[in-house]
Amino acid sequence: MTQTPPKTELAPPKTPPKETPGFCVPEPSARPGDTPDFSAISALKDETAARPDSDCAPQDTFFMKDSLIRVIGDDHKAAGAWDPHLPTKTLRQGLHLMLKTRLYDNRMLKLQRQGKTSFYMKSRGEEATSVAAGMALRTCDMLFPSYRQQGLLFARDRDMVEMMCHCLSNARDNLKGRQLPVHYTWKEGNFFSISGNLGTQFPQAVGYAMASAARGEDVVTASWIGDGTTAEGDFHAACTLASVYCPPVILNVVNNQWAISSFSGIAGAGSASFAARGAGYGLPILRVDGNDFLAVYAATDWAAQRARAGHGATFIELVTYRADAHSTSDDPGRYRPKNEAELWPLGDPIERLKAHLIALGEWDEARHEALEAALSKEILVAYKTAQEHGTLRDGPWAPTPTMFEDVYAQQPWHLRRQRQDLGV
Amino acid sequence: MTMSNHAKMTMIQAIRSAHEVLLQGDERVCAFGEDAGYFGGVFGCTQGLQEKFGKTRVFDTPINEAAIVAMATGMAVNGMRPIAEIQFADYIFPGFDQIVSELSRLRYRSAGQFSAPLVIRTPCGGGIYGGQTHSMSPEAFFTHIPGISVVMPSNPYDAKGLLIAASESDDPVLIFEPKRLYNGPFDGDPHKPALSWSAHPKGDVPTGHYTVPLGKADIVRPGNAISIVTYGTMVHVARETVRAAGIDAEIIDLRTLVPYDMETIAKSVNKTGRCVVVHEAPRTSGFGAELIAQIQEDCFYALEAPIKRVTGWDTPYPHAHEWSYFPGQERVLRAITETLEA
Repeated sequence: MTQTPPKTELAPPKTPPKETPGFCVPEPSARPGDTPDFSAISALKDETAARPDSDCAPQDTFFMKDSLIRVIGDDHKAAGAWDPHLPTKTLRQGLHLMLKTRLYDNRMLKLQRQGKTSFYMKSRGEEATSVAAGMALRTCDMLFPSYRQQGLLFARDRDMVEMMCHCLSNARDNLKGRQLPVHYTWKEGNFFSISGNLGTQFPQAVGYAMASAARGEDVVTASWIGDGTTAEGDFHAACTLASVYCPPVILNVVNNQWAISSFSGIAGAGSASFAARGAGYGLPILRVDGNDFLAVYAATDWAAQRARAGHGATFIELVTYRADAHSTSDDPGRYRPKNEAELWPLGDPIERLKAHLIALGEWDEARHEALEAALSKEILVAYKTAQEHGTLRDGPWAPTPTMFEDVYAQQPWHLRRQRQDLGV
Repeated sequence: MTMSNHAKMTMIQAIRSAHEVLLQGDERVCAFGEDAGYFGGVFGCTQGLQEKFGKTRVFDTPINEAAIVAMATGMAVNGMRPIAEIQFADYIFPGFDQIVSELSRLRYRSAGQFSAPLVIRTPCGGGIYGGQTHSMSPEAFFTHIPGISVVMPSNPYDAKGLLIAASESDDPVLIFEPKRLYNGPFDGDPHKPALSWSAHPKGDVPTGHYTVPLGKADIVRPGNAISIVTYGTMVHVARETVRAAGIDAEIIDLRTLVPYDMETIAKSVNKTGRCVVVHEAPRTSGFGAELIAQIQEDCFYALEAPIKRVTGWDTPYPHAHEWSYFPGQERVLRAITETLEA
C-alpha cells in the first residue's frame, strides 16, 4: 500500500512563476523524431565578409564573432574577400585528401565492427577542418590535434599502413599497442601525441610555440579542440597564455555541434559564440564555415601569416557538423534526429568542393567515381598489408616486456622487478 | 689569491645558485612561475635571475597551475629545459591533471617519440604557521604516478645538487622543498631560537656545477640499533631526537622518493632488524605505507619488531594547533622506544 505524502502549504508550486529564481538546462532544437531548427546557421550564409589584413589589431576582427567566413556559395562559386584563389591542382588535391579521409574512416569502422580492434572515431562531415588546415600550414609547422583530426595526417601524406597498424594495435603499431585506436603520434610528421583527455593539448601547444619563438624559429604551432572542450579549464589556460605571451600559435575550436550526446548549448553556445570567447581574451578571432574547404584554408593561412610575421596567436572557430556518431561506443539515433546531418545548412565539405570544381569545369562525376574507386583500392591494399602485421583480437602485438618500457628514459629497479614478476 | 668555490648558503640561496648555474650553462633552461620573474618568487628562490638572464628566460606566469605545467610540458617537448615553480605545494592541484594524465605519460603513450624533461619545484610542509593552504606535504599523490620522479631535499647542498640533476635528467622531476628548512635546519622544537644553515655542514655549498644523483639515499647518521627512514624536515627532527636520547640509530634521508633507494634501506634494516618510518604528511596511504610494505617484503626475516610509522595526523594542517599536528621529537622518540622494546 502506498502512502500519500502529507500535503503542506510550504511545498513549492510545481511550475515556478517567472519571477522566481531558477536555473536553465538548455535543450537542442530537436531530439529524435523532431525536425531541427537551423535557421540561425542558415542566416549566416553570406560570402561578403570583410577580410582585415593579417597584421591588424585583434579588435579589428571582433566583428566576426557572430558571422561566418565563407567562400563557396550555394551557387558553388567562390566569392568574396576571403577567396584564397588556389590553383585547381590544389583544389583537386583537397578533394582527393578529404575523400581519402572519409573512405579510410569507413574502412576502419568496418574493421572495428568485425572485432579486429576495440574502438574507432570517424570524422565524416568535418574533413575540411583538418585537411584544408593541414594543407594551408607547412610541414615544418607543429600540430597538436584532438582525436578527430585524422585529415591532418592525410594532408601530410602519412603512410596509411602505419596508421592502420596503430589502429589495429598490432606488432607494427608505432605506439607499441599503448594507445586507443585513432590516438596517433607521428613525430617525424610534426604531429603531437594525441591524449584522449580533452583539451590538455591546447595550453601545451602554446608552450611549444613559445619554445619555437624563443629560438627564433619560423615554426607555427596549431591545435584543435571541440566545442564541448571549451568548457574545460585548459581552454582558459591556453587562451590566457596565448593572449599574455603572444606566441605563434593557432587555437582552433571545431564546433561540430555535438559532444557525444550533449549539444553545443551545454558548453554555453547559446550564450555567446565560441569565437566571442576568444575575443574576450583579446585574441584575434576568425569564425569560419568549417564545411567550406576554401574558407578553412583561407582562415588558417591568415592566422599562419599573422603568426609568422610576429603578431602572435589567432583564435579560430570552425562551424561544422559531426555527421556520424562520436565514436563506435554511442548511437546518435538515441539523442538527435537521424537526418540532422542532411539538414545541416552548411552542407557536406566534400560535396561542396566537388560541386565547386565541377562548376569551374575542372571536375566531373566520371572523374569523381574513378578517384573514389582508386582510393578504395589503395585503402584495401593498405588494409590487407596492415593486417599481415596482426590485429588487436588475434595478435601479434608488441612483445609483452615492452609494456614496462618508456615509463622513464631508463627502467628503474621497481619496474624491472615488476616485469620479472610478470615473468617476461 | 685564494679561489673560493664554496660558500655558506641557505636552502633558498642554494636553489637560486642551482638556477644560476643551469641558466648560465644551458640556453635551453628557463624558469617561471607566479611572482617568480621580476619579484623573484615569494620565497626569493629566483631573485635577481630575471635581471641577469632576461625576461624571456625568467618570467612571471598567470595564476593558473594547469597553464604553468602545460606550458612547461610544451616547451620541454620542444627542446627546452623549463624549471617551473608552483608557489605552494598546496596550489599544485589545478595542475594535477596535466601532471598525471599528460606530463608523466607522454614518453610512454608516444612510445618514446616525445618526452618532457622538466622540473617542477614547489615549497611544501608546515612549521611556518601557514594554515591548511600553505602547509601540505602532498608527495604521496605524486609518488603514485608512473613516469615522474619525486624528490625532497633536506638541506642546501642536496637542494642544489638535486635540482641540477633533475634539470639534467631526461624525465620530468617534481621537487618538494620543505619551506621550514629554507632559512635553517629545524629539529621540531618551535620554542628554540632559529638555527642557521651557516653552522651546518650541508650549508657549505659549492658555487659551481655539481649534482646529487637522483634515486640515491643519504645515510646522515650511521648506527646499529634501529633504522629510521625519513626525508625532508623530519630528517632533522629524527636526528635531534636520537642525539638527545643517545640512541644508536641509523638515519636514512631518502632524498628521492621515486625511485627510492631500496638497496640502502634494505641493507640498513637487515643490519639493525628494526625500523621506523617518519614523514610529516598524513598517515593513511602516505608514502610511509609504501616504504613499510616494501621493507617487510624484502627484509621480513631480519625484522625483530613491527615497523612503526610517525606521521602527521589524517586532518588538514591546522593553524593554531600546528605543533600538535607536526610529528615532533616526542612522537618520534615514542615510536623508536616502542620499536626498540618490542
